[in-house]
Amino acid sequence: MDIIDRRPNPHGKNLENRQRVLIRARDAVQRAARDAVASGKLREVGKGGAISIPSDALHEPSLHRVFSSGARSIVLSGNKVFSPGDRLQRPPGGAGRGGGGPGEGGEEGGGEDSFRFVLSRDEFLDVFFDDLELPDLVKRQIATTDTTSITRSGLSNDGSPSQLDLGRTMRHSMARRIGLRRPKTERVLELEALISELEEREPLEPSDLDALAELKLELQVSLRRMNRVPWIDPVDLRYRRFTTTPTPSTRAVMFCLMDVSGSMTERMKDLAKQFFLLLHVFLERRYKRVDLVFIRHAEVAEEVDEDTFFHDPRTGGTIVSSALVEMLRVQKARHPADTWNIYVAQASDGDNSNVDTPRSCVLLREQILPLVQYYAYIEIVGSGAVIRGETDLWRGYKAVAETNDRLTMRQVSEKRDIFPVFRDLFARRPETA
Amino acid sequence: MSPLDVIETGQSGRRGGSSPGLLYSGSDWNFDTLRNSYDAIERIAIDELELDVYANRIEVITSEQMLDVYTSHGMPLIYKHWSFGKRFVGHENAYKRGLMGLAYEVVINSDPCISYLMEENSATMQALVIAHAAFGHNHFFKNNRLFREWTEPSGILDYLEFARGYIARCEERHGVRAVERILDAAHALQNQGVHRHSGARPMDLKGEQQRDRERREHEDRVFNDLWRTVPGSKAEKGLDNAAERRRRLGLPEENLLYFIEKNGQRLAPWEREIIRIVRLIAQYFYPQPQAKMMNEGCATWVHYRIMSRLHEQGRIDDAAFMETIHSTTNVISQPGFDTGGGPNFNPYALGYAMMTDIARTCEAPTEEDRAWFPDIAGNGDALGTLKHAWAEYRDESFIQQFMSPAVMRQFKLFRLHDDAEKPYLLVDAIHNPQGYRDIRRSVAQSYDPGNFYLDIEVVDVDLSGDRCLKLQHLTSPGHLLDEKDARATLRQLADLWGYEVKLLEIDRQTQTVLATHLASPARTGP
Repeated sequence: MDIIDRRPNPHGKNLENRQRVLIRARDAVQRAARDAVASGKLREVGKGGAISIPSDALHEPSLHRVFSSGARSIVLSGNKVFSPGDRLQRPPGGAGRGGGGPGEGGEEGGGEDSFRFVLSRDEFLDVFFDDLELPDLVKRQIATTDTTSITRSGLSNDGSPSQLDLGRTMRHSMARRIGLRRPKTERVLELEALISELEEREPLEPSDLDALAELKLELQVSLRRMNRVPWIDPVDLRYRRFTTTPTPSTRAVMFCLMDVSGSMTERMKDLAKQFFLLLHVFLERRYKRVDLVFIRHAEVAEEVDEDTFFHDPRTGGTIVSSALVEMLRVQKARHPADTWNIYVAQASDGDNSNVDTPRSCVLLREQILPLVQYYAYIEIVGSGAVIRGETDLWRGYKAVAETNDRLTMRQVSEKRDIFPVFRDLFARRPETA
Repeated sequence: MSPLDVIETGQSGRRGGSSPGLLYSGSDWNFDTLRNSYDAIERIAIDELELDVYANRIEVITSEQMLDVYTSHGMPLIYKHWSFGKRFVGHENAYKRGLMGLAYEVVINSDPCISYLMEENSATMQALVIAHAAFGHNHFFKNNRLFREWTEPSGILDYLEFARGYIARCEERHGVRAVERILDAAHALQNQGVHRHSGARPMDLKGEQQRDRERREHEDRVFNDLWRTVPGSKAEKGLDNAAERRRRLGLPEENLLYFIEKNGQRLAPWEREIIRIVRLIAQYFYPQPQAKMMNEGCATWVHYRIMSRLHEQGRIDDAAFMETIHSTTNVISQPGFDTGGGPNFNPYALGYAMMTDIARTCEAPTEEDRAWFPDIAGNGDALGTLKHAWAEYRDESFIQQFMSPAVMRQFKLFRLHDDAEKPYLLVDAIHNPQGYRDIRRSVAQSYDPGNFYLDIEVVDVDLSGDRCLKLQHLTSPGHLLDEKDARATLRQLADLWGYEVKLLEIDRQTQTVLATHLASPARTGP
């Protein structure tokens, strides 16, 4: 009998099978992931979590019988009150399942309607953002050298002892020893033995004396040569060499502008928040390095941190251009256009003071759009500022958008619109304008 | 006190200050405890119960590894396929949400017999599991007629290793999708991939593996598509004769996978091999559901007997024995019909009840037992009687032979007559003298493989004509195939076959056609 401890064996044997399930149910997983977002649980979902896939996406068919009519007998246990001839009400839901395949039916247990799958954060985001990307990133991709990696790069003659390449060092040493004809230790020992043997011999023949002299000379030469030619010489040493290689990475900055004025109700802020959250998760996922700048505005704009941006209550009147000015200020101070890809996302209810809209449009057209890769404007519908279906700001922006395709605008009225709009804005385009 | 005594008390003192005979105390175990427990259990199992077992191998694994083993039908290794991932996630969810406890043990019908022990088990559970799996199940596997005839335990692990490697190589050469297509189809048909009626046909998995590899390699080497274009001889007129044609193809054939593997026109050699692998593994599992109740009953009876003996011998303490009783009771509880769980019996409950009942009949029979079981009542040889039953019966015949009125009363069995025409269900037999035989017959029938396996055969195919594969399902009205699943499965079959497939459902009595299913292959090119 053997007792074997298998616990240290590799785990996660089923990882690959799991991934195959995901590939197989890709569409269903995608739908489920988007539903999870629509139900407003983005934060939890972005951290990975359980999603339900309709079971028919992963159904494994087999031939099995169902009982639909005719008669059958069933033996059950636990009789307390029945006597032969008793009639029982048929339980709701019909006759139940018939004699299915052997062993298969009961194995899965309950929960056949849908199949719960717990995705890791990476798996989830992969699925979720499958075919989205920031437009135009390629165009102005800038390689910066802020990360490096260490790679092997051949050998060198000096280095630290820990990097000594013993094999190569010995190979060089041997080549040198052979080349310089360093006598072998065995030969020296042999000579010494021969000499002592001759010296001990009595009486010595003259020929022996000659031989002895010859041997002594050879020994002398050998010993001298051994001292001259060392076993290992500094020229033999070889060290493994490493160099640090700069790895280019893409840099982008995303400006999030949000209107927090009095006309924005909590519900509308919620929608905007959700849009930015989605964006946040998306950017984190797609790009190696993305800076986020949060700017909120009412009458005046200010840069705030993420937490304040999403959670601090603040109201007031509206001057949109203040946010644009603030954005430009931050951009000039920290994110020069020649080394950064710049994106802007703006969420507003479209309510703006009359005099400010033209000013904003000018700012946008003349200063901001030339700098940025992409400017997404999300208007949250439902404010009183709508005149003939369009707000003042929307009309102003629309005129700008007609001549500049870096500006894209969409309207959102309900939570479930968020994802389609987001998708619409960031879907991969066949050819980027 | 001799020095030796000092050392011994010193040792047992290290294990918690218990008396010298105890194997362990408390719930912690280590490998010494396992080995000592095994030795003590083996002494009882071999010397007292005279069980006949394969060599044992005990492997300790984590709960995650246990989930892996579960997923692959309790096999230590299996090829890759998405359905195992699905099963794994299903089990994992159920486990994490506390809907399902993990089995304390999984045992594999192999030689040596491998028992998996979970590291979370307490020392008592480890001992119980060793008694249950390494001796109870092991004895059953080695001696039961079904397992002896249908499985080859010494070859299965090597064969699975071969299968996994072969399928992985196919994935490299032909792509995961292509392999998945074949596996999906073969899995859908694996219940129709078993030889059932051809008598004892022991598997030689080792030779199988070797022979097959050589044959496929040869076919791969000599394959030349040009042969397809060589005009055939015209002397094949005889094939037009339907009876002759069927004889040549060995029809009717109940094993659909076998038929496809041998006669599929459009399969590449590696595709045939994958079908064969699925078929042979299905065949290996064929006996399991037919003797599950007996197998569990045997193992439970054995572990309870061994643990009781350990307690009597003073090798385990009262607390450990209480734990044994507690877990055994959990395992053998049979929920009533009104507490959910469907019409199935808990195989542990029914099996254990019948085993103890047989032992009681042998040792202390009542008048009723003498009337019902004149052969064994009071024969005084409980162990011999049980061992005979374990070796010679399967669930259906075992129930037909041994289910006693006492057991039927214990389970409070009753029979419902379910006539779909009527708005009510009729109680037509209960556990009383008039009902015993009816109930026993019905319970036995529900374990009859003839009832739970479908009677589906390939009946005809005209290879020189339209090549449509004709199947029939012999059944009775009201017991037809689930239509949606049948269509999906037949589509898979058609995909393997390469041409149309037609399945007729035929009334066994009147030969009238009850339903027709048609399916065409999804892919058209070879």
